[in-house]
Amino acid sequence: MPSCVTIRMTVNGKAVERTVEPRQTLVDFLRDELGLTGTHVGCEHGVCGACSVLLDGQPVRSCCMFAVQADGLQVTTVEGLAPARGRLSTLQDAFCEAHALQCGYCTPGMLVACHALLERNPHPGEAQIREAIGGNLCRCTGYQQIVDAVKLASSQELCHD
Amino acid sequence: MKAAPFDYLRADSLEQALHELARHGGDAKLIAGGQSLVPMMAMRLARPSVLVDIHRLAELRGWQVAGDAVRLRAASRQCEVEADAGLAGAVPLLRAALRWVGHQQTRNRGTVGGSLVHADPAAELPLAAAVLQARLHLRSERTERCVDAADFALGPMFTTLADDECLVAIDWPTWSVGEGEVLRCEFDETAIRHGDFAMASVAVQLVLDASGVCRRAAIGLGGVDATPLAFPDLAAQLHGRRIDASSAAEVAQAAAARCQPGSDMHADAEYRRHLGAALLQRALLRAAGEPVAGAAF
Repeated sequence: MPSCVTIRMTVNGKAVERTVEPRQTLVDFLRDELGLTGTHVGCEHGVCGACSVLLDGQPVRSCCMFAVQADGLQVTTVEGLAPARGRLSTLQDAFCEAHALQCGYCTPGMLVACHALLERNPHPGEAQIREAIGGNLCRCTGYQQIVDAVKLASSQELCHD
Repeated sequence: MKAAPFDYLRADSLEQALHELARHGGDAKLIAGGQSLVPMMAMRLARPSVLVDIHRLAELRGWQVAGDAVRLRAASRQCEVEADAGLAGAVPLLRAALRWVGHQQTRNRGTVGGSLVHADPAAELPLAAAVLQARLHLRSERTERCVDAADFALGPMFTTLADDECLVAIDWPTWSVGEGEVLRCEFDETAIRHGDFAMASVAVQLVLDASGVCRRAAIGLGGVDATPLAFPDLAAQLHGRRIDASSAAEVAQAAAARCQPGSDMHADAEYRRHLGAALLQRALLRAAGEPVAGAAF
């Protein structure tokens, strides 16, 4: 029987330590061990982007890595994008305003991808927005509203926080 | 969709990683970015009993100029290579190819060496390596050897890399450009969606003199055979000639005639061969600064 490994990482600003099986993916770790169920499990082989999280600030697919590979690193999930419990980030607010979610399954991954884009480029053009969400599938096909939401978030028309 | 159990070890040095590979024989596998390996393990197409993680080894990251080539260490991440202006200046085809590799989320983890050893016949970096005649440095605990990219890939997901070997660096040849000459490169592909594996892909690199005559050329096609194909003899036919619709079509048709594509639900072999010819002709014309509209096919 393979041996379990003790890992430590920072998730949404909090230090966590768990002993895990090496084969546990990062997304299963976040959901099952830490109860952070905002990150969704979609295709589980790197196609849909629903499981996107920030790893040391960069968007990655949490189904395409094992939790042990994130030992010592910083992870931000969709729960960590909001400024405080019960409040929305500007981008999340813009998603509501622009009706950028229908069933909501892709939304955590879309938010993470778009958040990373705006961190890097506060005023992206349409082509840059589409490229940033190119790795995220929305099966409701609501891409246009998602693009609109990112434009809205970057336009400073929303200034709640 | 969950990987079979395995033991995990994060190597502290390349030496240790090579030792573990030798110790476990074919049961151990190296993991770097894991963007191909983790999905393969999730689908249980790969079931290593030990994973040796080399993603954080500083000795396997970064690049330097080595004679007439850039020596890129194998675990350099695709996102870092893509963002490096110096590297893009020295080997522009590498950045041109990387833009087609997966998505931002996968390039943030995926490594250049990982893509080469995975050896998907439709992947972009193996095609760029074949076209530029890159040289791959392989090491095991006891041996060290250097293999040309053309000899490295043996078939789909099948390379000459032995169970106890690690790809440690790739030499990407840099082309010298004379007075008044320009270096041009093009990478293009057709896929169902951007970021998917290509149904057919093309890589072209040219040196043009001041009057637009081709002085040096390298061309290749991906996704249309068991491995990416480079055509140095056909590229040599362009030397000393101006690239126009007719010379581009001639070379593109000859290249496509040599491909043996597979068929699947998205595209049959004949269509893939046609795509290969059309993509190569257009890429040659674009690289030469010639109009693409009105080309022969």
